[in-house]
Amino acid sequence: MTHFSPFLIFLLITIVKIAVVLVITLTAVAYTVLLERKVLGRMQNRWGPSRVGPFGLLQPLADGIKLFLKEDLMPLAVERPLFVLAPVIALACALTSIAVVPFGAPAYYKGVNLTQISDINIGLLVVLGVTSIGVYGIALAGWSSNNKYSLFGSLRATAQVISYELALGLSLVGVVMRAGSLRLRDIVDSQAAHGMRSWNIFGGLQILAFFIYLMAAYAETNRSPFDLPEAESELVAGYHTEYSSMKFAMYFMAEYANMITVACVATLMFFGGASSPFGHLFDRVFSFNMHSLSGILLSTLISIFWFVFKVFSFIMLYIWVRATVPRFRYDQLMGFGWKFLLPVAMANILFTALALTFFGHSNT
Amino acid sequence: MQLALFIIFGLLAVAGALNLLFQRHPINSALSLVVVMMSLAVLYWSLGAEFLAAAQVIVYAGAVMVLFVFVVMLLNAGEEERTHGSRVAYIAGIPGAVAIFGLLTYVFLRSKGGLGTTQIGGDLSNVSSNIRDISHMLFTSLLLPFEVTSILILIAILGAVVLARKEV
Repeated sequence: MTHFSPFLIFLLITIVKIAVVLVITLTAVAYTVLLERKVLGRMQNRWGPSRVGPFGLLQPLADGIKLFLKEDLMPLAVERPLFVLAPVIALACALTSIAVVPFGAPAYYKGVNLTQISDINIGLLVVLGVTSIGVYGIALAGWSSNNKYSLFGSLRATAQVISYELALGLSLVGVVMRAGSLRLRDIVDSQAAHGMRSWNIFGGLQILAFFIYLMAAYAETNRSPFDLPEAESELVAGYHTEYSSMKFAMYFMAEYANMITVACVATLMFFGGASSPFGHLFDRVFSFNMHSLSGILLSTLISIFWFVFKVFSFIMLYIWVRATVPRFRYDQLMGFGWKFLLPVAMANILFTALALTFFGHSNT
Repeated sequence: MQLALFIIFGLLAVAGALNLLFQRHPINSALSLVVVMMSLAVLYWSLGAEFLAAAQVIVYAGAVMVLFVFVVMLLNAGEEERTHGSRVAYIAGIPGAVAIFGLLTYVFLRSKGGLGTTQIGGDLSNVSSNIRDISHMLFTSLLLPFEVTSILILIAILGAVVLARKEV
């Protein structure tokens, strides 16, 4: 690779990174669906999918082939351009925000960071911005379907997402104030000093903000207990009633990709990202020679392991909540978002600002 | 690179704005406005104002325009009929728009030397961003306009609540 210019090297490595991250994310999406079906099954005292492959492990593959080979129906009354565009917007926005997430401790190869696709100094705003554009996917689906159930589903989804976006954004302000930066790498570094003790949720006393974030994130991703946009008993299937084949699959993938993104952001903002929960406690026991390739590789892999472990825990929590909590009523949903989460998030900002003013950054 | 981005997204913004006027269905017009907002965000970013670009996407494209689309969907607005418009718009509007365009071009070209230049994207991969400078300015020298604007928005919210209450 010596005869390549630095820009070409950067470009090639970035393309490889994007391909790897996309493949891993989509695989994770497929297996999150399987995990959800298996765990939900066990929680409801049944087996879940168990026929395709050992323990049903090939079920996502079978589902994918089935969805791919189905006939792509398009009703005559739909607004064609928007009907086709809507699932593309939903999936593209769901997958884009992964680009700014740092997956592990920085590892450089020829000056390019391998554990993050792009290190942007307003990374958090990019995630929030891309998420807020994703609403169009759902809103347009309902409208262009020309179906009253779809329209009701997307109206509910739009109102819900706009309402909870405020609480979501405000719950992250406390963390941003503590880190003094919107760059996700800085936010992770600000929690890396003493392991679990300096994570924002414990040492940063942002546990309230974390609960607001969690509620708002469930609502943002239209997941149970806030899954009113796809309430089967009232709305057939919600905003994607008229969709079939790959277009339906795109909505399906977008929903689970959003879940993964939200879990990634929660990990980065409140749980120290890719840092170990034990901090430097075991540094003596497992010391890596940071000058050798294997040492760098091993420590990077361990940091990626912690990141994946934390994200996995969040997804398990998602599934657990889905299996236990019943759906909210619509007025409860709006009241909860506007009258409870929003004031509490503002109070949290106020108290965090006061604490930072009077005690400085010494309480980390 | 910067020039190429400017040409692409400037043309996109103008095309979106024209499409906004020529589309007959409100939802298509609203979506064209989203395209305009997003292209403007890219232009802001290429000028080194990454925070403004992000705020543009989150606030305008992600919240305000979603509300527009929401209202259009809720009212189930149909296609609009094309009218000729008022004569005042033709007599005063077009020369007025040309005059404002000419004036702005003149002012910007004259003070071109005084404005700084920026390298594209250089600010985005920096370790620090200009948010600190923006907020410092916002809360010191621009504090009064900032607070007055927030009171204005508060009054607007209260007015909306009062209007909505009356109908119950």
